[in-house]
Amino acid sequence: MRDNLILRVTARILIPIIILFALYVQFHGDYSPGGGFQAGVIFSSAILLYALAFGLDTAAKVVPNQALIATASLGVLLYAGTGVVSLFFGGEFLNYSLLADEPTTGQHIGIIIIELGVGLTVAAIMLLIFFTFARRILN
Amino acid sequence: MISLVIDIVLLLFLLIMAIFILRVHQLLAVAMLFGLYSLLVAGLFMVLDAPDVAFTEAAVGTGIATVLMLATIACTKVSQEKIQRKVAKTPLFICLVVGGLLMYGTHNIADLGDPEAPPHTQVAKRYIEDGQKDTGVPNLVTAVLASYRGFDTLGEVTVVFTAGIGVLLLLVRPQKIRIKGVKSAR
Amino acid sequence: MTDYILGHINYWIIIILMMVGLYTMMSKPNLIKKMAGLSVFQTGVILLYISFGKVTGGTAPIVAEGFDTYSNPLPQVLMLTAIVVGVATTALGFALIVRIQEAYGSIEEDELEKMDDET
Repeated sequence: MRDNLILRVTARILIPIIILFALYVQFHGDYSPGGGFQAGVIFSSAILLYALAFGLDTAAKVVPNQALIATASLGVLLYAGTGVVSLFFGGEFLNYSLLADEPTTGQHIGIIIIELGVGLTVAAIMLLIFFTFARRILN
Repeated sequence: MISLVIDIVLLLFLLIMAIFILRVHQLLAVAMLFGLYSLLVAGLFMVLDAPDVAFTEAAVGTGIATVLMLATIACTKVSQEKIQRKVAKTPLFICLVVGGLLMYGTHNIADLGDPEAPPHTQVAKRYIEDGQKDTGVPNLVTAVLASYRGFDTLGEVTVVFTAGIGVLLLLVRPQKIRIKGVKSAR
Repeated sequence: MTDYILGHINYWIIIILMMVGLYTMMSKPNLIKKMAGLSVFQTGVILLYISFGKVTGGTAPIVAEGFDTYSNPLPQVLMLTAIVVGVATTALGFALIVRIQEAYGSIEEDELEKMDDET
């Protein structure tokens, strides 16, 4: 794998594009097809390509395991936390209409935040699963 | 009409792929065929007007699921399944009966793409009519996913999280747990 | 009659696809092959749901000027999450297979049963 020049050069060009596309899918998901689930898997496939092309250790330096576990938990927390915050504003659990003065603006803010939570969790968990399997092979 | 033709051609390709997945004995070939199968499914989702789902299937099925299957094959070091010559009769019988019953069940499902079908006239109608007004988001899939059915999605995210924890518990090598003051458990 | 067949052939092929997956799952003793069959079955179910949401002449459910017919967003939402959850649970299954291989040295179901009977 080490001397696979074509794979490495191609990966170096492709990875930024994939990550940029993942961010576009994440934050433009309310106007075009996309959202947290899609962005999460696209983002994780970029890192996965990095790990396949440059080796597991290099990829583990970029995204350490502890950071992945923390990000995954943070995503779920962000999602559930939005629900709790809307409780504090006097609405029902996950009722985003009260997050801002206008109900539609509140809904929009709520949707962006929870999609971010979904994206973080899905990306982190997919990478975590892949790294766990890959470490098994090497050991 | 043209979309129906594309739909059926893709479905027939899928069927061929599925039969090859059943017949091939090399597990690496199964993994590769499975990746191709997922790509075809993603194309089919586009034909069925579901770009969001097509996205997900393309990234998940072709990328992550295939890599995971390859990783499992590499971990277990089994590259070929045991070949058995005889046809398994009981599963074949069960499949024929279940498939027959399901096909019989389709007789009072509305035709593909019928705008008056019951699924389109109930709650989905309200989502389409009021979705943008209620949430301010033009992509109705995102609106339903994140707002109308936020609870549902919270559950799904938790399932993904739990599955990740499960994989970690199963596959990470146990490290010695050190408790202050206690010398060693074993 | 032709209309009936044209309207339903999509469902029939998907059901055959599901049954091929189910048969792979039930008849093959190899656990990795079983997981592949399970995934085929799962995609069959997802396809069936998505095709319930199709509307002839409709477009993808993103509100825009100049369109008034949209496909049904509800099955798409349900299946979108089902795919991601499906791959996460499949990964869990693969993890179990890796552990079984380590404990028994085999992933063929009949051999596993034989070893269990011996002990």
